[in-house]
Amino acid sequence: MFRTTLKAFAVIGGLLAALPSPAGAAGDEIHLPPVRFSFDGVFGTYDRASAQRGFQVYKEVCAACHAMRLISYRNLRELGLTEQQVAAIASQVQIQDGPNDEGQMFERPGRPSDRFRSPFPNDAAARAANNNSLPPDLSVITKARAGGAAYIYALMTGYSEPPAGVTVAEGMNYNQYFPGHQIAMAPPLNPDQVQFADGTPATVENMARDVATFLQWAAEPELEQRRGMGVKIILFLTVLAGLAYAVKRKIWADAH
Amino acid sequence: MAIGLHNSDMKNPVVRWIDQRMPIFTMMQKEYGSFPTPRNFNYFWNFGALAMVNLMIMIATGIFLAMHYTPHTTLAFDSVERIMRDVNFGWLMRYVHANGASMFFIVVYIHIWRGMYYGSYKAPRELLWMLGVVIFLLMMATAFMGYVLPWGQMSFWGATVITNLFSAFPVVGQWIVSLLWGGFSVDNPTLNRFFSLHYLLPFVIVGVVFLHIVALHITGSNNPLGIEPKGPQDTLPFHPYYTAKDSFGLVIYFIVFAVLVFFAPNYLGHPDNYIPANPLVTPAHIVPEWYFLPYYAILRAVPDKLGGVLLMFGSILVWFVLPWLDRSPVRSMRFRPLARIAFLLWTVAFLVLLYCGGKPAEEPFVTISRIATAYYFAYFLVILPLLGRLERPLPLPESISRAVLRGGGPLPAGAAAKPMEKA
Repeated sequence: MFRTTLKAFAVIGGLLAALPSPAGAAGDEIHLPPVRFSFDGVFGTYDRASAQRGFQVYKEVCAACHAMRLISYRNLRELGLTEQQVAAIASQVQIQDGPNDEGQMFERPGRPSDRFRSPFPNDAAARAANNNSLPPDLSVITKARAGGAAYIYALMTGYSEPPAGVTVAEGMNYNQYFPGHQIAMAPPLNPDQVQFADGTPATVENMARDVATFLQWAAEPELEQRRGMGVKIILFLTVLAGLAYAVKRKIWADAH
Repeated sequence: MAIGLHNSDMKNPVVRWIDQRMPIFTMMQKEYGSFPTPRNFNYFWNFGALAMVNLMIMIATGIFLAMHYTPHTTLAFDSVERIMRDVNFGWLMRYVHANGASMFFIVVYIHIWRGMYYGSYKAPRELLWMLGVVIFLLMMATAFMGYVLPWGQMSFWGATVITNLFSAFPVVGQWIVSLLWGGFSVDNPTLNRFFSLHYLLPFVIVGVVFLHIVALHITGSNNPLGIEPKGPQDTLPFHPYYTAKDSFGLVIYFIVFAVLVFFAPNYLGHPDNYIPANPLVTPAHIVPEWYFLPYYAILRAVPDKLGGVLLMFGSILVWFVLPWLDRSPVRSMRFRPLARIAFLLWTVAFLVLLYCGGKPAEEPFVTISRIATAYYFAYFLVILPLLGRLERPLPLPESISRAVLRGGGPLPAGAAAKPMEKA
C-alpha cells in the first residue's frame, strides 16, 4: 500500500520536475551573478535597514524616471519608518487633487494615504523625456522579471564597455545582463551618489543590493507573513497527516 | 415505488421526519456510507475526491476574488494588485486560486492517467469516462479564461494567440473569433465576457461532476485489478474505509498545495504576467500556462495552421472514443504486458510534449514534438486497437478478495459487510 503511495507522489514529483521553469521559457541564456539577499531561502525576511536605504536610492535616483504607482507612502511603515517619518516623506511631494467646491483642481502636499507620485503624468510624457523609451513602473518589477531581485542587482551592476565587435546604437548603453544587451537606461548608480545616514558606504554594489531589497519588498510586501503562515500550516498538516494515517491503519486493520 | 412517506431507518426523530418526506439521509447513507466499494483501491483512487475538494476550493476563493476584482482593461491589473496588497488575506485568496488551478490540473491529470492505466473507461463505464472528458474540456476553458483576467502581458497575448486559432476553420472561423472577442481585437468586451464565463463555467462543471458521480454510482468503481467485485467479500463500505483513506490523501495533497502557495506562489506562473497588458508590445515568447503546454506543443509541431488546430483539439477529443479504440476485454494494464509498456511510453510522450511546449519553436524541440505527437496519436489509433487483438494478457485473478486478502481466501460473508456505526 505504501509503495503505491510513493509511486503516486513520484508521479506528482515527475510532473513538477518536468515543468519548464519560467526563466527557461524565456529562452535567452543569461547567467546572473551570484548574490545573496536577506530574503533568500524558505525562512528569509527583509533586512529593514537595507530596504530603507533602498528606498532612499529609489527616491533620490530611480524616482526621477520610474513610477511605483501601486505603492502608498503609508506602506513605508512596514519598513520600520515611524508615522511622522512617513508623513514627512509624503509631504515633500505635491499631489494634484480635486475638483474642489469651485470645480477647480488644486495641488496639495502629499499624505501617507497617497500613492507614490509618478515622475511623469502619462506614458507619452515619459517616452518624450527618455529618448522614446518607457521607464517601466517598478511596483512589481521583481515579480515581472525572470530572476527577480537578483536580476535587478545584476542589471544595476552589469554596465560595461561593449565587447570588441559589438556596436551599441545611438543613445543606448551596453549591459551584459539585459536581454539583447542594449538598454536605454544610462548607468543609474555611481559610487557615492547617495549619502546613507547609517554610514553604509555607497558603493554601486551596496546601492544595487539595497534597491533590489526595497523593490522585492514593494513587489511582495506579504512575503514574511506568507512564509510565517506557511511554516505553521505545513507543520500542522504534517502532524495531521500522521494522525490521519494512524486512523486509516486502525480502521483498515481488520480489512486485510 | 408507491406514493407516500418513505420508510426511513433514521433514529433521530427530526432526521426521520425529514427523511420520510425527502430521503436525502437515506440516499447519503446508501451512496457514501454503506456504498459497496472494491476493497483493493490503491492511492490513485484518492484523486477523484481530491479533484472534488479542489473544485470547491476554486469556487470558494473565486467568489471572494470576484468581490474585489474589476473586469475592465484599465483597472483589472491594478485591482488584482489591490487584492494582493490591501484586501485582508487577499494575497492568500489569490495565490490559493492561482495555484489551485495548477493543483487542479495535476490532480485531474493523475486521475485521468489512473483511468487509462487501469482501463476505467471500458464497458460498462464508457459514459462515466466521457463525462470526465467533458469536465476536463470545461476545466480547460475555465482555466484559459481565468488566466486572461489579471490582464497581464501573457493574459493578453495568450488570449490573442488561442482565440486566433479558431480563425483557422474555413467559413465560420473569422465569425467565431469575432464572437469570442466581442469586436475586432482582444479588448474590453473580451475581458468582460471571459469574466462572465469564468464565473459561469465552474457551476456547469459542478453539474457535470454530479452526473459523473451518478454514473459512477450506477456502475460502481473500477479497481487496480480491473475485475468486477463478485460479492460482499470483494467490497468494503465506503465509510469508514475509504473516507479514512481519502482523508489521509487529502492531507498530503494539502501539504503539496501549501508548499506551492506559501513558498513558491509564482513558480508556475510567468513573470511577464506581472507586466500590464500592452497590445503594442509582443512578448519574446508567448507561452500558455504549463498545463496547456502538451497541446501547445502538438499545435506547433504541425506546419499547417488548420492541421495543427485540428490535431490539438483531436488530442483530447480522441479520449471520447477511447472505450471503442481499446477492444481488449482486460481492463488493468497489470495484466497487459505489451499495452503497459506502450502506455508508459505514451506517458513519456505526454511529458515530453509538456516540456517542448514551454520551449521556443525551434530545433531540436520541433522535431522532438513531432515524434512525440506521432506517438501520442499512434498509441490511441494504431497500437491500442492492434493490441486488443494481438496481445496475450496474463491470467486474471479469480476474484478481488482471493488476490488481495492474506491467506487468499474469501472472508466469511458477514465480515466484510459488517454494519458500520456512523452519524
